[in-house]
Amino acid sequence: MEAVAFYIFAAIAVVASLLVVGQRNPMYSVMLLIVSFGALAGLYVLLDAPFTAVTQIIIYAGAIMVLFLFVVMLLNVEREDSATSVATMVGPTGMKLGAGLSVLLAIEVVWALSRLGESHFGHDAETVNISSVARIGQALFTQHAFAFEATSILILVAMVGAVVLARRER
Amino acid sequence: MVSLNHFLILSGVLFSIGTAGVFLRRNLITVLLSIEVMLNAVNLTFVAVGRYLGTVDGQIITFFVMTVAAAEAAIGLALVITLFRHRETLNPDAYTALKW
Repeated sequence: MEAVAFYIFAAIAVVASLLVVGQRNPMYSVMLLIVSFGALAGLYVLLDAPFTAVTQIIIYAGAIMVLFLFVVMLLNVEREDSATSVATMVGPTGMKLGAGLSVLLAIEVVWALSRLGESHFGHDAETVNISSVARIGQALFTQHAFAFEATSILILVAMVGAVVLARRER
Repeated sequence: MVSLNHFLILSGVLFSIGTAGVFLRRNLITVLLSIEVMLNAVNLTFVAVGRYLGTVDGQIITFFVMTVAAAEAAIGLALVITLFRHRETLNPDAYTALKW
Protein backbone atom coordinates (compact mmCIF):
# COMPACT_ATOMS: atom_id res chain seq x y z
CA MET A 1 0.00 0.00 0.00
CA GLU A 2 2.74 2.40 1.06
CA ALA A 3 4.86 1.32 -1.89
CA VAL A 4 2.00 1.92 -4.32
CA ALA A 5 1.44 5.40 -2.92
CA PHE A 6 5.17 6.12 -3.11
CA TYR A 7 5.39 5.12 -6.76
CA ILE A 8 2.28 7.10 -7.71
CA PHE A 9 3.53 10.27 -6.00
CA ALA A 10 7.07 9.80 -7.32
CA ALA A 11 5.79 9.36 -10.89
CA ILE A 12 3.62 12.48 -10.60
CA ALA A 13 6.53 14.50 -9.17
CA VAL A 14 9.02 13.40 -11.85
CA VAL A 15 6.64 13.81 -14.79
CA ALA A 16 5.43 17.22 -13.58
CA SER A 17 9.01 18.44 -13.02
CA LEU A 18 10.04 17.23 -16.48
CA LEU A 19 7.12 19.10 -18.00
CA VAL A 20 8.02 22.23 -16.00
CA VAL A 21 11.42 22.19 -17.67
CA GLY A 22 10.11 21.16 -21.09
CA GLN A 23 7.17 23.57 -21.23
CA ARG A 24 7.26 26.58 -23.59
CA ASN A 25 4.61 28.60 -21.79
CA PRO A 26 5.72 29.82 -18.33
CA MET A 27 2.11 29.85 -17.13
CA TYR A 28 1.80 26.08 -17.63
CA SER A 29 5.23 25.64 -16.04
CA VAL A 30 4.04 27.32 -12.85
CA MET A 31 0.83 25.25 -12.76
CA LEU A 32 2.77 22.01 -13.29
CA LEU A 33 5.21 22.96 -10.55
CA ILE A 34 2.25 23.26 -8.16
CA VAL A 35 1.26 19.69 -9.16
CA SER A 36 4.82 18.55 -8.45
CA PHE A 37 4.74 20.25 -5.03
CA GLY A 38 1.45 18.54 -4.26
CA ALA A 39 3.00 15.14 -5.02
CA LEU A 40 5.98 16.01 -2.81
CA ALA A 41 3.59 16.91 0.00
CA GLY A 42 2.10 13.43 -0.38
CA LEU A 43 5.60 11.95 -0.05
CA TYR A 44 6.16 13.98 3.12
CA VAL A 45 3.00 12.46 4.58
CA LEU A 46 4.38 9.00 3.73
CA LEU A 47 7.55 10.02 5.61
CA ASP A 48 5.53 10.82 8.76
CA ALA A 49 6.08 14.56 8.33
CA PRO A 50 2.55 15.98 8.11
CA PHE A 51 3.70 19.40 9.35
CA THR A 52 6.18 19.71 6.48
CA ALA A 53 3.53 18.52 4.03
CA VAL A 54 1.14 21.25 5.17
CA THR A 55 3.85 23.94 5.06
CA GLN A 56 4.79 22.73 1.60
CA ILE A 57 1.24 23.29 0.38
CA ILE A 58 0.68 26.59 2.20
CA ILE A 59 4.05 28.28 1.65
CA TYR A 60 5.16 26.80 -1.66
CA ALA A 61 2.00 26.12 -3.59
CA GLY A 62 0.07 28.87 -1.85
CA ALA A 63 2.50 31.77 -1.54
CA ILE A 64 5.62 31.35 -3.67
CA MET A 65 3.83 30.01 -6.74
CA VAL A 66 1.22 32.78 -6.56
CA LEU A 67 4.12 35.25 -6.59
CA PHE A 68 5.44 33.55 -9.73
CA LEU A 69 1.98 33.65 -11.31
CA PHE A 70 1.69 37.38 -10.59
CA VAL A 71 5.01 38.05 -12.31
CA VAL A 72 4.17 35.85 -15.30
CA MET A 73 0.89 37.70 -15.74
CA LEU A 74 2.49 41.10 -15.11
CA LEU A 75 5.21 40.65 -17.71
CA ASN A 76 2.75 39.10 -20.15
CA VAL A 77 5.40 37.13 -22.06
CA GLU A 78 3.52 34.11 -23.18
CA ARG A 79 6.25 32.06 -24.78
CA GLU A 80 9.94 32.12 -25.47
CA ASP A 81 11.17 33.85 -28.60
CA SER A 82 10.75 31.55 -31.59
CA ALA A 83 14.48 31.91 -32.31
CA THR A 84 15.15 29.63 -29.36
CA SER A 85 13.39 26.54 -30.70
CA VAL A 86 14.40 23.03 -29.72
CA ALA A 87 16.66 22.73 -32.78
CA THR A 88 18.79 25.72 -31.77
CA MET A 89 18.47 25.00 -28.08
CA VAL A 90 21.71 23.03 -27.82
CA GLY A 91 23.51 25.44 -30.11
CA PRO A 92 26.02 27.58 -28.17
CA THR A 93 28.97 25.89 -26.51
CA GLY A 94 27.82 27.13 -23.11
CA MET A 95 24.61 25.19 -23.48
CA LYS A 96 26.39 22.06 -24.65
CA LEU A 97 28.57 22.36 -21.58
CA GLY A 98 25.48 22.80 -19.39
CA ALA A 99 23.72 19.81 -20.92
CA GLY A 100 26.87 17.72 -20.44
CA LEU A 101 27.20 18.85 -16.84
CA SER A 102 23.61 17.99 -15.95
CA VAL A 103 23.87 14.55 -17.58
CA LEU A 104 27.14 14.01 -15.68
CA LEU A 105 25.43 15.02 -12.45
CA ALA A 106 22.58 12.58 -13.06
CA ILE A 107 25.06 9.76 -13.78
CA GLU A 108 27.04 10.62 -10.66
CA VAL A 109 23.93 10.62 -8.48
CA VAL A 110 22.84 7.23 -9.83
CA TRP A 111 26.36 5.84 -9.40
CA ALA A 112 26.64 7.08 -5.81
CA LEU A 113 23.22 5.69 -4.91
CA SER A 114 23.89 2.32 -6.54
CA ARG A 115 26.78 1.81 -4.12
CA LEU A 116 24.56 2.54 -1.13
CA GLY A 117 23.34 -0.40 0.94
CA GLU A 118 19.58 -0.80 1.38
CA SER A 119 18.49 1.09 4.50
CA HIS A 120 14.99 0.56 5.83
CA PHE A 121 13.03 2.98 7.95
CA GLY A 122 12.41 2.13 11.58
CA HIS A 123 8.82 1.49 12.61
CA ASP A 124 7.75 2.33 16.12
CA ALA A 125 8.09 4.84 18.90
CA GLU A 126 10.38 7.28 17.13
CA THR A 127 7.93 7.53 14.24
CA VAL A 128 5.29 8.94 16.57
CA ASN A 129 7.89 11.34 17.89
CA ILE A 130 8.93 12.91 14.60
CA SER A 131 5.40 13.40 13.28
CA SER A 132 4.37 15.42 16.32
CA VAL A 133 4.05 19.15 15.68
CA ALA A 134 4.67 19.79 19.38
CA ARG A 135 8.15 18.31 19.11
CA ILE A 136 8.96 20.30 16.00
CA GLY A 137 7.80 23.49 17.67
CA GLN A 138 9.79 22.75 20.79
CA ALA A 139 13.00 22.14 18.84
CA LEU A 140 12.36 25.17 16.65
CA PHE A 141 11.86 27.60 19.52
CA THR A 142 14.54 26.30 21.87
CA GLN A 143 17.42 24.67 20.00
CA HIS A 144 17.00 26.65 16.80
CA ALA A 145 15.60 29.87 18.24
CA PHE A 146 18.44 32.00 16.92
CA ALA A 147 18.11 30.64 13.39
CA PHE A 148 14.37 31.23 13.59
CA GLU A 149 14.83 34.89 14.55
CA ALA A 150 17.54 35.33 11.91
CA THR A 151 15.04 33.99 9.36
CA SER A 152 12.59 36.74 10.25
CA ILE A 153 15.29 39.35 9.60
CA LEU A 154 16.04 37.61 6.29
CA ILE A 155 12.40 37.84 5.25
CA LEU A 156 12.29 41.52 6.20
CA VAL A 157 15.44 42.25 4.18
CA ALA A 158 14.07 40.31 1.21
CA MET A 159 10.82 42.26 1.39
CA VAL A 160 12.57 45.64 1.49
CA GLY A 161 14.96 44.53 -1.26
CA ALA A 162 12.13 43.39 -3.52
CA VAL A 163 10.25 46.66 -3.03
CA VAL A 164 13.35 48.76 -3.74
CA LEU A 165 14.32 46.70 -6.81
CA ALA A 166 10.92 46.58 -8.45
CA ARG A 167 10.04 50.22 -7.77
CA ARG A 168 9.96 52.46 -10.81
CA GLU A 169 12.75 55.04 -10.90
CA ARG A 170 11.54 58.59 -11.05
CA MET B 1 8.67 -1.95 0.96
CA VAL B 2 9.81 1.62 0.53
CA SER B 3 13.28 2.30 1.89
CA LEU B 4 15.45 5.38 2.29
CA ASN B 5 17.13 4.58 -1.03
CA HIS B 6 13.88 5.06 -2.95
CA PHE B 7 13.54 8.57 -1.60
CA LEU B 8 17.20 9.39 -2.23
CA ILE B 9 16.97 8.17 -5.83
CA LEU B 10 13.79 10.18 -6.39
CA SER B 11 15.38 13.32 -5.02
CA GLY B 12 18.50 12.73 -7.13
CA VAL B 13 16.32 12.46 -10.23
CA LEU B 14 14.40 15.63 -9.33
CA PHE B 15 17.64 17.52 -8.63
CA SER B 16 19.06 16.49 -12.01
CA ILE B 17 15.88 17.63 -13.76
CA GLY B 18 16.21 21.00 -12.00
CA THR B 19 19.87 21.35 -12.99
CA ALA B 20 19.07 20.53 -16.61
CA GLY B 21 16.36 23.19 -16.53
CA VAL B 22 18.73 25.84 -15.19
CA PHE B 23 21.29 25.06 -17.89
CA LEU B 24 19.01 24.46 -20.86
CA ARG B 25 16.15 26.92 -20.60
CA ARG B 26 16.36 30.39 -22.13
CA ASN B 27 13.69 32.00 -19.98
CA LEU B 28 14.49 33.69 -16.67
CA ILE B 29 11.21 32.65 -15.04
CA THR B 30 11.68 28.99 -15.99
CA VAL B 31 15.23 29.14 -14.65
CA LEU B 32 13.87 30.35 -11.30
CA LEU B 33 11.25 27.58 -11.37
CA SER B 34 14.00 25.02 -12.01
CA ILE B 35 15.84 26.32 -8.94
CA GLU B 36 12.65 25.70 -6.95
CA VAL B 37 12.60 22.11 -8.26
CA MET B 38 16.20 21.67 -7.05
CA LEU B 39 15.39 23.13 -3.62
CA ASN B 40 12.47 20.75 -3.29
CA ALA B 41 14.64 17.76 -4.17
CA VAL B 42 16.99 18.74 -1.36
CA ASN B 43 14.05 19.20 1.02
CA LEU B 44 12.90 15.67 0.23
CA THR B 45 16.36 14.37 1.13
CA PHE B 46 16.34 16.22 4.45
CA VAL B 47 12.91 14.90 5.43
CA ALA B 48 13.72 11.34 4.35
CA VAL B 49 17.03 11.25 6.21
CA GLY B 50 15.42 12.88 9.26
CA ARG B 51 12.79 10.14 9.22
CA TYR B 52 15.51 7.52 8.86
CA LEU B 53 17.48 8.88 11.82
CA GLY B 54 14.34 9.42 13.88
CA THR B 55 14.91 13.14 14.53
CA VAL B 56 12.86 16.24 13.75
CA ASP B 57 15.95 18.14 12.57
CA GLY B 58 15.31 17.22 8.94
CA GLN B 59 11.90 18.86 9.05
CA ILE B 60 13.34 21.93 10.77
CA ILE B 61 16.00 22.40 8.10
CA THR B 62 13.28 21.98 5.48
CA PHE B 63 11.36 24.77 7.20
CA PHE B 64 14.37 27.08 6.92
CA VAL B 65 14.99 26.09 3.30
CA MET B 66 11.39 27.03 2.50
CA THR B 67 11.84 30.48 4.08
CA VAL B 68 15.05 31.06 2.16
CA ALA B 69 13.30 29.90 -1.01
CA ALA B 70 10.55 32.46 -0.39
CA ALA B 71 13.14 35.23 0.04
CA GLU B 72 14.99 34.03 -3.06
CA ALA B 73 11.80 34.00 -5.12
CA ALA B 74 10.87 37.53 -4.00
CA ILE B 75 14.29 38.99 -4.82
CA GLY B 76 14.70 36.95 -8.01
CA LEU B 77 11.33 37.98 -9.37
CA ALA B 78 11.98 41.64 -8.50
CA LEU B 79 15.23 41.38 -10.47
CA VAL B 80 13.38 39.76 -13.38
CA ILE B 81 10.85 42.61 -13.43
CA THR B 82 13.63 45.22 -13.36
CA LEU B 83 15.57 43.46 -16.14
CA PHE B 84 12.43 43.12 -18.23
CA ARG B 85 11.83 46.88 -18.03
CA HIS B 86 15.27 47.48 -19.53
CA ARG B 87 15.31 44.99 -22.42
CA GLU B 88 11.69 43.85 -22.92
CA THR B 89 12.82 40.21 -23.04
CA LEU B 90 13.26 37.33 -20.63
CA ASN B 91 16.03 35.63 -22.59
CA PRO B 92 19.15 35.60 -20.37
CA ASP B 93 21.33 35.81 -23.51
CA ALA B 94 20.12 39.39 -23.95
CA TYR B 95 21.74 40.51 -20.71
CA THR B 96 25.42 40.65 -21.60
CA ALA B 97 26.26 44.18 -20.43
CA LEU B 98 28.49 42.90 -17.65
CA LYS B 99 30.35 40.49 -19.91
CA TRP B 100 33.98 41.33 -20.63
